[in-house]
Amino acid sequence: MGMTMTQKILAAHAGLEEVKAGQLIEADLDLVLGNDITSPVAINEMEKMKNQTVFDKDKIALVMDHFIPNKDIKSAENCKCCRDFACRHEITNYFDVGEMGIEHALLPEKGLVVAGDAVIGADSHTCTYGALGAFSTGVGSTDMAAGMVTGRAWFKVPSAIKFVLTGKPGKWVSGKDVILHIIGMIGVDGALYKSMEFVGDGIANLSMDDRFTICNMAIEAGGKNGIFPVDDLAEQYMKEHSKRDYKIYEADPDAEYEAVYTIDLSQLKPTVAFPHLPENTRTIDEVGEVKIQQSVIGSCTNGRIDDMRIAAQIMEGRKVAKGVRCIVIPATQAIYLQAMREGLLEIFIEAGAVVSTPTCGPCLGGYMGILAAGEKCISTTNRNFVGRMGHVKSEVYLASPAIAAASAVTGKISSPSELGL
Amino acid sequence: MKACGRVFKYGDNVDTDVIIPARYLNATKGEELAKHCMEDIDKDFVKNVQKGDIIVANKNFGCGSSREHAPLAIKCAGVSCVIAETFARIFYRNAINIGMPIIECPEAAKAINAGDEVEIDFDSGVITDKTTGQSFQGQAFPPFMQKIIEAGGLVNYINEKK
Repeated sequence: MGMTMTQKILAAHAGLEEVKAGQLIEADLDLVLGNDITSPVAINEMEKMKNQTVFDKDKIALVMDHFIPNKDIKSAENCKCCRDFACRHEITNYFDVGEMGIEHALLPEKGLVVAGDAVIGADSHTCTYGALGAFSTGVGSTDMAAGMVTGRAWFKVPSAIKFVLTGKPGKWVSGKDVILHIIGMIGVDGALYKSMEFVGDGIANLSMDDRFTICNMAIEAGGKNGIFPVDDLAEQYMKEHSKRDYKIYEADPDAEYEAVYTIDLSQLKPTVAFPHLPENTRTIDEVGEVKIQQSVIGSCTNGRIDDMRIAAQIMEGRKVAKGVRCIVIPATQAIYLQAMREGLLEIFIEAGAVVSTPTCGPCLGGYMGILAAGEKCISTTNRNFVGRMGHVKSEVYLASPAIAAASAVTGKISSPSELGL
Repeated sequence: MKACGRVFKYGDNVDTDVIIPARYLNATKGEELAKHCMEDIDKDFVKNVQKGDIIVANKNFGCGSSREHAPLAIKCAGVSCVIAETFARIFYRNAINIGMPIIECPEAAKAINAGDEVEIDFDSGVITDKTTGQSFQGQAFPPFMQKIIEAGGLVNYINEKK
């Protein structure tokens, strides 16, 4: 029986010729990631271990991104814990204020993940790097601690669902709409414990930023990972960003899939996930009148340069509606700088939006845009659970940067076409 | 090993944001996190939970964030076991890794009522609802995971291995 792309990467990292779905393996890791929320717990766990030496100081990435610049004293203490640890163990890839970015935008940009890698991260959106043809998955702090010491992690080899993407997305349809459509179709546990493998000629019509967004939200369907085959565009991206050698794995023609879905990208419409689950999707024409008080454009899902450009294209020469707070958060320092050089930040500020330093901030209700009771927010982030962005009686609607930008201007959930675009 | 306690019952897709909201994630200690466990869907949970009590929920329990703070908050609130139809995969890993007993059993998840007195035998995987007299066969852990649980979590498992 053939193997899926994910199974091949796992077999190679476990030193096995072949693996099967359901098999328990221990695999070597190319990178272990943590952030300012999960790393302090991992560091605490690591201190209970007999061996407290890190397996490879170049293969650990610590990114301070959730509550920084520090929102309060406890967050400052947590970052200090990570900073001291990084210093003590001479961690090469420690990213603090001034050089940090949101971890899942930062790592590919810095070339720290390439095709063929096996990566764990103590953050659920670690599945983002599948866009590069890597196996990457979210774990907890204890797994992170064990990974930092042993360079290994245990996995149950996942079965897979195949998504065959065909055709070209229409106007204002992005990677976010593709993944929201899929989650709406299969549900928030539709890919539970499984790989989501994306294939088909439609992939050529998706930018790298679109693919990062799609893999990023694999976890919102319960998936273990999302993964794309490596094409010329992905190779070009890795050559531009990384000095590391990459290895391309392809699924066997006779690989087994639990289900196969074919999605014609040209038929998709901009899609919005209503509270309080990412599976509660409606296409933009079914949304109706939903007035908003806030629009957030950013996060590990949609804070990349493509996202900034699309939002700016819509907001240029327009104003944020009265009564709406629009918060734009470029995901990394490099994206921030690029957006500044391209004049995008000026467009946002002139429109009446605020532009923030990179942070996860409002996405998880940390700070920088917390909602009051009864408030509604259109957001390019990844979760709309009860209380996710603030008060338990607030509501988050998930959508693409195009929808979030257009909605900021009209004051209600809108397509850019309502602005004549 | 056995667990016995009163049941707190919840529905589908109980996510880690309601188990422990991010506004409390600047804390790292279990005792502190436990004070806010489940408060966004059940503000009385912390007031009413007693040592040994059991959480029963439907599908995809613990979905969302990878925060280990979630199983830690539940464990430190005194909960002795979570029974669910299915668990989200990161929560499942985290629970095993920190030695928080969980068990998958769709039939038990469906039949057990809030407030019932339930006993779980982890060696056999048998779940008994002492209030209704019904019993259910839960899914036993594969031997590899059993070893981690027996060691009291992943850290001890690794320490013993070296």
